[in-house]
Amino acid sequence: MASKNLKLLINPLNNENPITVQVLGICSALAVTVQVKPALIMALSVTVVTGFSNLIIASLRNTIPPRIRIIVQLVVIAALVIIVDQLLKAYVYDVSKKLSVFVGLIITNCILMGRLEAFAMANKPWESFLDGIGNGFGYGMILVVVSVLRELFGSGSLLGFQLIPQSFYEAGYKDNGMMILPPMALITVGIIIWIQRTKNRKLIEK
Amino acid sequence: MKFLSRYIDSIKPHFSKGGKFEKLSATFEAFETFLFVPGKVTTRGAHIRDSLDMKRLMSIVVIALLPALLFGMYNAGYQHFKLIGETRTFWPIFGFGFLKVLPILVISYVTGLAIEFAFAQIRGHEVNEGFLVTGMLIPLVMPVNVPLWMVVVATAFAVIIGKEVFGGTGMNILNPALTARAFLFFAYPGDMTGDRVWVAGGGAIPPDASTGATVLGNMAQSVIDKVGFSELVSKLPGDLDAFLGFIPGSIGETSKLAILIGAFILVYTGVGSWKIIVSTVVGGLAMGWLLNAFSANAYMEIPAYKHLLYGGFAFGAVFMATDPVTASQTETGKWIYGFLIGMLAILIRVLNPAYPEGMMLAILLMNVFAPLIDHYVLQANISKRERRLKKALKLNNQ
Repeated sequence: MASKNLKLLINPLNNENPITVQVLGICSALAVTVQVKPALIMALSVTVVTGFSNLIIASLRNTIPPRIRIIVQLVVIAALVIIVDQLLKAYVYDVSKKLSVFVGLIITNCILMGRLEAFAMANKPWESFLDGIGNGFGYGMILVVVSVLRELFGSGSLLGFQLIPQSFYEAGYKDNGMMILPPMALITVGIIIWIQRTKNRKLIEK
Repeated sequence: MKFLSRYIDSIKPHFSKGGKFEKLSATFEAFETFLFVPGKVTTRGAHIRDSLDMKRLMSIVVIALLPALLFGMYNAGYQHFKLIGETRTFWPIFGFGFLKVLPILVISYVTGLAIEFAFAQIRGHEVNEGFLVTGMLIPLVMPVNVPLWMVVVATAFAVIIGKEVFGGTGMNILNPALTARAFLFFAYPGDMTGDRVWVAGGGAIPPDASTGATVLGNMAQSVIDKVGFSELVSKLPGDLDAFLGFIPGSIGETSKLAILIGAFILVYTGVGSWKIIVSTVVGGLAMGWLLNAFSANAYMEIPAYKHLLYGGFAFGAVFMATDPVTASQTETGKWIYGFLIGMLAILIRVLNPAYPEGMMLAILLMNVFAPLIDHYVLQANISKRERRLKKALKLNNQ
């Protein structure tokens, strides 16, 4: 793989992270990160949809009339989201229940439209596909980190396994109820942004 | 004192630029200014410096808080012995409460100051004095039974997320002490609400014994149980008891007398704004009367002045709402800000049984709105002067 293509995959993980740098897709990041399992499934779904919608739009880009491009993009995204939604319902029904409307709302996820407009409309299919996958990973990475913190401190478990030993609870430890509430997800994302910017000073706005 | 002053001057070069402890200069300065009035001289601009700098300002607030703290210690013991049904003399009661409250106070200061010092070192600025007051306020708004590790977590959260991320003392949007309380309130509701947490040793009491619920808790419950007015009033403590503070509640909030002494100190020295205190009380009374007019249930019918005697209303109005950083800065804005705090606090208390005490939420909400209030007060003033100018110009032209 050419180094330029590799960059397309790796840049969204750090320097151009959709959540912490572009601040896109925040709403779903707050909603689905109470537990790790739904967050993982959500990350996977978004990655698949961004990857393939980028691929399809990039292949069609020369035939889409500019005036109706948004509608065409939405049709492609909506079709992909419905396929993903049906797959989730068929194979992981309980998680699909937990994600409820948020799978459907991938259609309105800002990352998708952002990548289609900013990248797929002007680049070749293969590069666009990589860019979509990279952004999906960048989004998913933050989702998983936030959900690990929230599930560990909010419910004392990871992926449903009790991680904090019973003796802790007997000694007076209690799960943090605030972690389960959406505001704490926002604060957690904020802290991740803080840490990222102290490590990566380029990102600090003047 | 001469000796100490000379000693500090002698070790000063080590901490200034080029010295071997240069990295610790923030820590050194914190202790130097804590002990002595800083000998700073302004080099340009205004040359008159008020001797009342921030550290001394904070000290006055701490002094104003002392009556509430001391009474809180006494009341912690008083409620405990009342609940287990024993009578003791003054000193054992005070001693018991002292030993319950002191650890919370120490933990709050140690955690908060450690974080403040760490941030000052990392960011290379002076240690801010703001925590002297916050560290005292945090224990005063806690139930006496709060586990110490929760105080640590809440203090750390309040100082880092409530204050340092905004740029430290003077930059915060929310009152840090209330941020700590709100954090615990939502994170560990079992230890911040209910009828077991307000009296020391309350957890060990058999379930059928009379419990240590707060007055507000009882009243919120009475709405759910649809209790009649006369029965509700018969359950309330006497007005004198509530005023003097012999009721269960957060450590510092129970005695209205101690809070009143504090209020006098704050207002007399000009540290706290009397406008905010007065308008908060007026707002609370106004809401109380408004609810009296509707009188849909027994809670709405209780006399408006009684709302001021229970819970943290008085404490919040005097020590929390007047926080100069988070309150409105404009004089007109202070009236609006205080009035809305009072109204919202009573509104939340009476109409939402899930939150028996509305003062914390009311103040935090108005903290967020304070800059907006200031903005509109300023805009109104600007347009008023603009109109006056236009009028004057018109007269001139004629």
